[in-house]
Amino acid sequence: MAEKTEQAGRVPMPEQAPEIRKRNFDEVPTGYTVKMAQEEAARCIQCKKPGCVTGCPVGVDIPGFIHLITEGDLTGAIRHIWTRNALPAVCGRVCPQEAQCEGNCVMAKKGKPIAIGNLERFCADYEREHGTGALPPKAASTGKRVAVVGSGPSGLTVAGDLILKGHDVTVMEAFHKPGGVLVYGIPEFRLPKAIVAQEVNFLERLGVNVQCDTVVGRTVSLDELFEQGYDAIYLGVGAGLPRFMNIPGENLIGILSANEYLTRANLMKAYKFPEVDTPIPHGKNVVVLGAGNVAMDSARTAMRLGADTVRIVYRRSREEMPARKAEIHHAEEEGIEFFLLTNPVEYLGDASGRLTGMRCLKMELGEPDDSGRRRPIPIKGSEFEMETDLVIVAVGSGANPLLTQSTSDLALNKRGYIVTEPETGKTSKRGVWAGGDIVTGAATVILAMGAGRASANSMHSYLTLGW
Amino acid sequence: MFKILRRQEMAQGTVVLNEIEAPLIANKAKPGQFVILKANETGERIPLTMADSDPKKGTITVIYMVVGKSTALFRDLKEGEGYQDVIGPLGRPTHIEKVGNVLCVGGGTGVAVLHPITRALKEAGNHVTCVIGARNKDLLILEDEMRAASTILHVCTDDGSYGHHGFVTQVVEDVLKKETIQQAVAIGPVPMMKAVCNITKAFNVPTLVSLNPIMIDGTGMCGGCRVTVGEKTKFACVDGPEFDGHQVNFDELMLRLKAYCEEEKHCYEDYCQLTD
Ligand SMILES: Cc1cc2nc3c(=O)[nH]c(=O)nc-3n(C[C@H](O)[C@H](O)[C@H](O)COP(=O)(O)OP(=O)(O)OC[C@H]3O[C@@H](n4cnc5c(N)ncnc54)[C@H](O)[C@@H]3O)c2cc1C
Ligand code: SF4
Ligand code: FES
Repeated sequence: MAEKTEQAGRVPMPEQAPEIRKRNFDEVPTGYTVKMAQEEAARCIQCKKPGCVTGCPVGVDIPGFIHLITEGDLTGAIRHIWTRNALPAVCGRVCPQEAQCEGNCVMAKKGKPIAIGNLERFCADYEREHGTGALPPKAASTGKRVAVVGSGPSGLTVAGDLILKGHDVTVMEAFHKPGGVLVYGIPEFRLPKAIVAQEVNFLERLGVNVQCDTVVGRTVSLDELFEQGYDAIYLGVGAGLPRFMNIPGENLIGILSANEYLTRANLMKAYKFPEVDTPIPHGKNVVVLGAGNVAMDSARTAMRLGADTVRIVYRRSREEMPARKAEIHHAEEEGIEFFLLTNPVEYLGDASGRLTGMRCLKMELGEPDDSGRRRPIPIKGSEFEMETDLVIVAVGSGANPLLTQSTSDLALNKRGYIVTEPETGKTSKRGVWAGGDIVTGAATVILAMGAGRASANSMHSYLTLGW
Repeated sequence: MFKILRRQEMAQGTVVLNEIEAPLIANKAKPGQFVILKANETGERIPLTMADSDPKKGTITVIYMVVGKSTALFRDLKEGEGYQDVIGPLGRPTHIEKVGNVLCVGGGTGVAVLHPITRALKEAGNHVTCVIGARNKDLLILEDEMRAASTILHVCTDDGSYGHHGFVTQVVEDVLKKETIQQAVAIGPVPMMKAVCNITKAFNVPTLVSLNPIMIDGTGMCGGCRVTVGEKTKFACVDGPEFDGHQVNFDELMLRLKAYCEEEKHCYEDYCQLTD
């Protein structure tokens, strides 16, 4: 039933046993030892034309760093990765490797791709625990000032690249903590917050000024930033607008967007309530709508908060589930149930306005739709009720209009995302670049970082040569 | 840190005023907008509508009633200490316009939010009749300030210890019977806003209310603050906090405000009573 993450032939990743981890918030995989990493690295046959690299959105020289691991040069390996990817500790943990590097590895044909994600993570963790923390050299100051709006992976990438090129960089973040989805969305058990904090701290040590509690568009506008003397602005504000089902009963108590649920759990650390002051609903029979990474994170969080049952309800079939394979596998191991080809049509509540259940329809797959996936169609007369006291809605997100609508001369597409020049990230507004989820719609950490790097290069040439 | 420059207790210490150093916010803040405050590392993010702002001094003022764990934490902050985080200004400002005769109604700490709106409406050239109320004389706040900000001020107490004996709604009804009012504003506990809206609706007077649902981010990214207005779901933090009171589903709002009463039996008991 479960797709095995531990493919035969690979050095298995040590992890907490499902029965134990499903009730704690500690990280699930505990990481390779040096010996395990070297053993796994030795499996790489060092292809002349490596498929893995073509599968990597930022072109990390994978055989190169793997070779350095086999040589025992772990300091060299991490530095080699850094030239392409500034956040390997994050990417090693959250990238959809099966669709990228590992999916394109020659060994994948035999079902035994090299565990590239595990190795990348290993190098970063080893450096964090044993490295000197020495800072890379910085170019001489250019005297140019850059504002980066949003501190998610794309904003952090821009900040890191431009500070090294000698510009003065300020990151402005609406929340009280930097990191974007890496701190408010992805849970501790998948990406420890100490890792994100250390990445941000690294940028601060390089001289990046991180200014939280700043809602650009409210606290200060883009035009005011230019008046204050900023020379260029990067917008990496993410896709922070929750989508709901728009079915009857959605405002009952006990129905939360995944954004709210995960923000309470991760950013506000509500799983420690009452040690911290922010509460979070503890459902007995929890339902999560959707089957992406966000849905898996929500379901696994609910399990850790003590739910009796946690069900993923998804209107398509297993093949279409967008989550990383490892997350689906981990969720199943932890006892999360999957109700596929099922779609809710109405929420049911009691007199005090609390959720008690959900009316659902069974679906079957029809012809492919715009997304190329087979369209789910309701089966007549298949209605049934499901008992639930907590529903987490994780059916996608849209473009948050707060900043874009307060900036009149920024071109948007019809779904509200910022229109940019693909190669450079330039927007229609002079001196303003954008990238990450606010341009592509909800995507991945690595694509957001790739967009950040492309924009940083373009911004650097603007700051040194002109628009 | 956002430093508290002035702290004042009102209504026998049940209500506290903080004037906070926040120059960026003060520079932008308009009547009707709110901020989110977080006292310390483990604190909750609490939205409070601003009672005042002073761009010259670089300060904003909030006035809150101590109703639970978080506001109790706020109460314990002394002058010179401060909030770890203050975020804003958030929400849409009140639409201020000269319409003629305006009726402003405030209850409890809602009076603090009503004050800058009243002042702005009067400065815009309106004739402003105000009705403010509290459970008793000791709990009444900002009477002098409201008198200065309005053209006519009526004061009520539920127990008759001061001013008119009774609820603000009775005075509101009297005013509407005698005068032609073009616009009303009602800010206070949810049941009060609901009751006022029922009356103004009968007189066909458009009425703005300021809603206070549970919030997290205040920027439209979580949807925790959703309210139903005219059968449509709105996010109070970005679409509001002010709405057409005749369209608001107050009953749903009252229920949703109790979402965490189970989890925080002790912390929120008082708060829940307030919304009953
Ligand atoms: C729960 C969850 C799990 C995920 N899991 C994975 C995964 O396993 N693998 C993967 O590759 N991807 C995953 N993703 C997707 C990935 O996290 C995003 O694609 C990525 O974070 C986008 O980066 P970004 O920098 O564009 O924006 P974000 O990370 O969204 O950061 C944007 C930041 O901008 C701030 N901001 C917004 N508006 C303003 C403003 N007006 N002023 C100032 N600041 C503002 C926000 O508060 C936020 O901090 C996941 C997403 C979620 C929500
Ligand atoms: S494709 Fe696989 S085997 Fe070839 S270099 Fe890349 S990781 Fe090594
Ligand atoms: S408080 Fe999160 S959307 Fe309004």
